[in-house]
Amino acid sequence: MKKKKWWTMGRRESLQGYIFVAPWVIGFLAFTLGPLAFSLYASFTDYNITSRMDFVGLQNYDQLFTGDDLFWTSLYNTLYFVIFSVPLTTIGAIFISMLMNQSLPGMRIFRTIFYLPAVLSGVGVYLLWMQLLDPGTGLVNTILSWFGINGPNWLFDPDWTKPSLIFMKLWSVGGSMLLYLASMQGISKNLYEAAEIDGAGAWKKFLHITLPLITPVIFFDIITSTIGSFQIFQEAYVMSQNGSGGPASSMLFYNLYMWIKAFQSFDMGYAMAMSWILFVVVLIITLINLKLAPKWVHYEGDDK
Amino acid sequence: MDMTERKQLPNKQERRKPVISNNLLRTLNWVLLVVGSLFLLSPIWWMISTSLKPMEEIMQFPPTLLPQEWHWENYVHTWQSAPFTTYAVNTITITLICVVANVFVNSFIAYGFAKIPFPGKNLLFTIVLSTMMIPGFVTLIPQYVLFAKLEWLNTYYPLVVPALFGSAFNIFLLRQFFRTIPNEMIEAAKMEGANHFYIWRKIALPLVKPALATVAIFSFNGAWNDFLGPLLYVNDESLYTLQIGLQVFKEQASTQWNYLMAGSLLVLLPVIILFFVFQKYFIKGANITGSSSFDK
Repeated sequence: MKKKKWWTMGRRESLQGYIFVAPWVIGFLAFTLGPLAFSLYASFTDYNITSRMDFVGLQNYDQLFTGDDLFWTSLYNTLYFVIFSVPLTTIGAIFISMLMNQSLPGMRIFRTIFYLPAVLSGVGVYLLWMQLLDPGTGLVNTILSWFGINGPNWLFDPDWTKPSLIFMKLWSVGGSMLLYLASMQGISKNLYEAAEIDGAGAWKKFLHITLPLITPVIFFDIITSTIGSFQIFQEAYVMSQNGSGGPASSMLFYNLYMWIKAFQSFDMGYAMAMSWILFVVVLIITLINLKLAPKWVHYEGDDK
Repeated sequence: MDMTERKQLPNKQERRKPVISNNLLRTLNWVLLVVGSLFLLSPIWWMISTSLKPMEEIMQFPPTLLPQEWHWENYVHTWQSAPFTTYAVNTITITLICVVANVFVNSFIAYGFAKIPFPGKNLLFTIVLSTMMIPGFVTLIPQYVLFAKLEWLNTYYPLVVPALFGSAFNIFLLRQFFRTIPNEMIEAAKMEGANHFYIWRKIALPLVKPALATVAIFSFNGAWNDFLGPLLYVNDESLYTLQIGLQVFKEQASTQWNYLMAGSLLVLLPVIILFFVFQKYFIKGANITGSSSFDK
């Protein structure tokens, strides 16, 4: 009798649990899993939203890999952006948080100033950077001219468009800086004191204590910023000529090209094939990251 | 090595040396932070300065660092040269709905994951976390098809309805906070006959108010700055949000940087104000993400 009642309570609690997570499950089925399944199937069709969809096998994928130069251009542009922006923002964020992890006067103000650009986003920020990088009237070339440097044409020069966007990303490095700072402030002071007794200088302490102990955050930051950087879109859409990735397709990033295919030429099957290639690329890179993690990520209580 | 070189110096100074170099390091550190701050703030100062200049002054070379005359009317002109008031009302409407929905729904879901035992919970939560790895465009295109079939194009439904079903990041964030509530507290309430709906509303929610504020602020930022959603789903000018309005205004104003900067600043202003008022909640959100990103 007693046992039976206990079981009922357990079940009643489980039922409540399912009710609590039900909104997410419904949303997941309707807005993630369902669309994913449709998209996977549609990527093997010539779907274009208006006419019916005919199965075309691997034709979309074949066309992408063998017959579409812009696909490769967009992949190149995106990899360029990822390869430079991820390490630069990671190193920048670690460096700033290292400077910030002290008790110096004005630290709170510094933290506010460094973090502020990270909370700003959207078209307003892109317009601001279009002005800052304007070859004639912008702040960047004005400052460069003080040092006798003739600044480049930035967003108008195909060689400088991607560096321009990377500079813009570096401006908002304060977001990940906060992650590192929080992690650094959690490191026990005893470790540093012990190292000082052994005569370790600031650099040694950083290299042998701080750096190993923040590797879990570095790992998290690299994974999330890699996934994020692969998806660069809005910056290129707003800041490139006519939103088409110009000049000379130098800002035609993967997502921008996908956007043009999906919503301008309505080649939806083709665009969805593109999206699955991106998904697989991101997945493989994340798996490689996860695989490499034990070699360099130090978890507390893990002595290996 | 250092010691042998300075053998002739008295013992006392020898000991002081690291202290001095430490101070030097701290000063250098501080100087670097000041220079860095100036660099990071210069774009914002430049935006304000440019927004107040007349066009002739912007074209001048070398550019002036501060406006010679302060043309505040640039702001009025900008606001009136496009239906910015309509855009603002639209944006505020969408943002408010999203903020309320996000706080309410995500805290509900997160409580379930944090405090109620049920079969399959760990698997479900792993799926929640892994959805964060799916590139947005993979679901964006089929979602567009879905919303088109539902005849939701050119309405706000695609921007608002998904928010009613929670988002992985917010669920994750709030779950971390709910987990800090002692289980004894929940058990005690259950002993007194309370069900989880009551416990969630009356006990758990009041305890995680700072986390709710963090989610509210992040959601505000997300909805306010959302560009992709309205760009894709909204066609009528009367439904434009500020982000889309600004993008259209960019084409219209061409290179009239004073108006463009005034418009940008007006659109960014609510976020800037929110940041200065609620900074600690922004930082709390960042901290919890960083410190708990990998404990499971």
